[in-house]
Amino acid sequence: MVPKVRMSAQTKKLPGKQRSSAPATVVLSLYIAGDTPKSRSALNNLNKICVEHLNGRYRIKVIDLLKNPKLARDHQILALPTLVRQLPQPIRKIIGDLSNTERVLVGLGIESTK
Amino acid sequence: MPRKKMLSRNRPRDSVRAAKPLRLLPKAATGIQGLDEITRGGLPKGRTTLVCGTAGCGKTMFAMEFLVRGAQQYGEPGVFISFEESAEDLAQNVASMGFDLNALIARKKVVVDHIRVVKSEIEETGSFDLEGLFIRLGLAIDSIGAKRVVLDTLEALFGGFSNAAILRAEIRRLFEWLKERGVTAIVTGERGDGALTRHGLEEYVSDCVILLDHRVVNQLTARRLRIVKYRGSVHGTDEYPFLIGATGISVVPITSIRLDHRASSEVVSSGVPTLDKALGGGGFYRSSTILISGGAGTGKSSLAGHFVAEAGGRRERSLYIALEESQSEIVRNMKSIGLQLAPLVATDMLRFHVSRPTAQGLEMHLAMIHELVVDYRPQVVVVDSITSLLSMGSISEVTSMIVRLVDFFKMNGITAVMTALIPTGEETETTGVNVSSLVDTWLTLRNSEIKGVRARALSVVKARGMGHSNQLHEFVMSKKGVELKSDAWSRKYA
Repeated sequence: MVPKVRMSAQTKKLPGKQRSSAPATVVLSLYIAGDTPKSRSALNNLNKICVEHLNGRYRIKVIDLLKNPKLARDHQILALPTLVRQLPQPIRKIIGDLSNTERVLVGLGIESTK
Repeated sequence: MPRKKMLSRNRPRDSVRAAKPLRLLPKAATGIQGLDEITRGGLPKGRTTLVCGTAGCGKTMFAMEFLVRGAQQYGEPGVFISFEESAEDLAQNVASMGFDLNALIARKKVVVDHIRVVKSEIEETGSFDLEGLFIRLGLAIDSIGAKRVVLDTLEALFGGFSNAAILRAEIRRLFEWLKERGVTAIVTGERGDGALTRHGLEEYVSDCVILLDHRVVNQLTARRLRIVKYRGSVHGTDEYPFLIGATGISVVPITSIRLDHRASSEVVSSGVPTLDKALGGGGFYRSSTILISGGAGTGKSSLAGHFVAEAGGRRERSLYIALEESQSEIVRNMKSIGLQLAPLVATDMLRFHVSRPTAQGLEMHLAMIHELVVDYRPQVVVVDSITSLLSMGSISEVTSMIVRLVDFFKMNGITAVMTALIPTGEETETTGVNVSSLVDTWLTLRNSEIKGVRARALSVVKARGMGHSNQLHEFVMSKKGVELKSDAWSRKYA
């Protein structure tokens, strides 16, 4: 179901507390609904942005709401795809296929390293 | 375009299911008092209805009552998607209408999902859809087998997302999705400038549109409801006043659609034997409406008092709606003509509802009277006087309220006595309020100064269904009460 895209970090459960190491790891959740062109391009765009700008300090968890519809309510998800920056706090939400890199970086609060 | 598609998809299936060639649009009763009469049965079943109006017009309450009544009375569980208020706030707000939302949620009859849409929290980067909303809605519907859905208010989405093109496409898809799921839905929208809704939701809803209005006239609030459109159904087209009371919304048709209250042939005594005789039939018909009009001090309240006392003697309950005097004043004054009302009050055979007409708007008065009647179930109601209601609104508004009251009393089998004050110098056979054609029996009282005496007189202007007297009767009030003199006025004074 979920598109098979190279994931640079494991997708295990999020840690309860943020680690104290200086450049904080960015923990991201990408909410999608099945393997759609939009889901796929969002994940591709996200991976690309992370590789280029986050230098390995990130983890991505893909959540398919078709498999786990309850999470749509529990996590207040409305639009899809939605990218949620879980850590560092505060939580930020970015919607869309993440095709606009500049806006994704702004949304994630990341300075462009290019 | 989507509509045509829908029709061609649904038609064949419908005609197979329905054996009869003429099938009326199936409807889902709302349970909202009065609305199902105006809409001849309720909202279009399995379709979406748009309820729009300005802020504070009662959209949320309307939608909530539709949902709660559906769950309680019609075995149709419902989902409430709130884009504005939290579930707790909603539960609190509808508690004022007597609905226990939390209990319904606990019993899996209602699901409330609060969807927060905050633009500042959301960054938009490219194409998206609202599949998350569909998933949440679908899950909520499936979790309780919902047949009804409310989206309140969908337009909040426009505040949350800037890409209006995507939003509109998604809203269109949502309406089609709701139709496919076969749920009866209400979508609310805020009234816009020159349009029914700010973001043109009416474009997508083709079956039924209801407009709620909330205006202030003479410093008093009046709520109105109008069915703008109801495809495939006959419906009332007027603006109907409605109120939000302690038992929910009640819409009151100005012109009663149903005139089918059963007429009683039972006669109840007026409490004045001589008047019973003048009426020709031994009193008033039960559940009829009696109007007593006359100038100041002509004995209107006294006549009403007799009727109440007589009803108490028959062990019937009376509700006395006093808009001019206090309870103790009325009890004292009645005592002076030999009527003992205090024991009736003590045994709860008589209740007073004393209220200054200006204390509330007409609608609230109507609502309170309605509640009192539902709660106390009286056989007799006295409204003393309807004239004092005129300080609250225009003649047409007061008239419409009285029409609604009369209908309400009749439907509940209540014999109602209303008094009307005629200002000195006015023609005797006026009421100040155009209700004389509504009432079944009309008595007029007058004072005349003839041959050095101030004499009271009563005449029966009309008594439907009775061969009543055409005489002007002398009307005497003494310590023993009211009495009509047997010899006609004409013989004595003319």
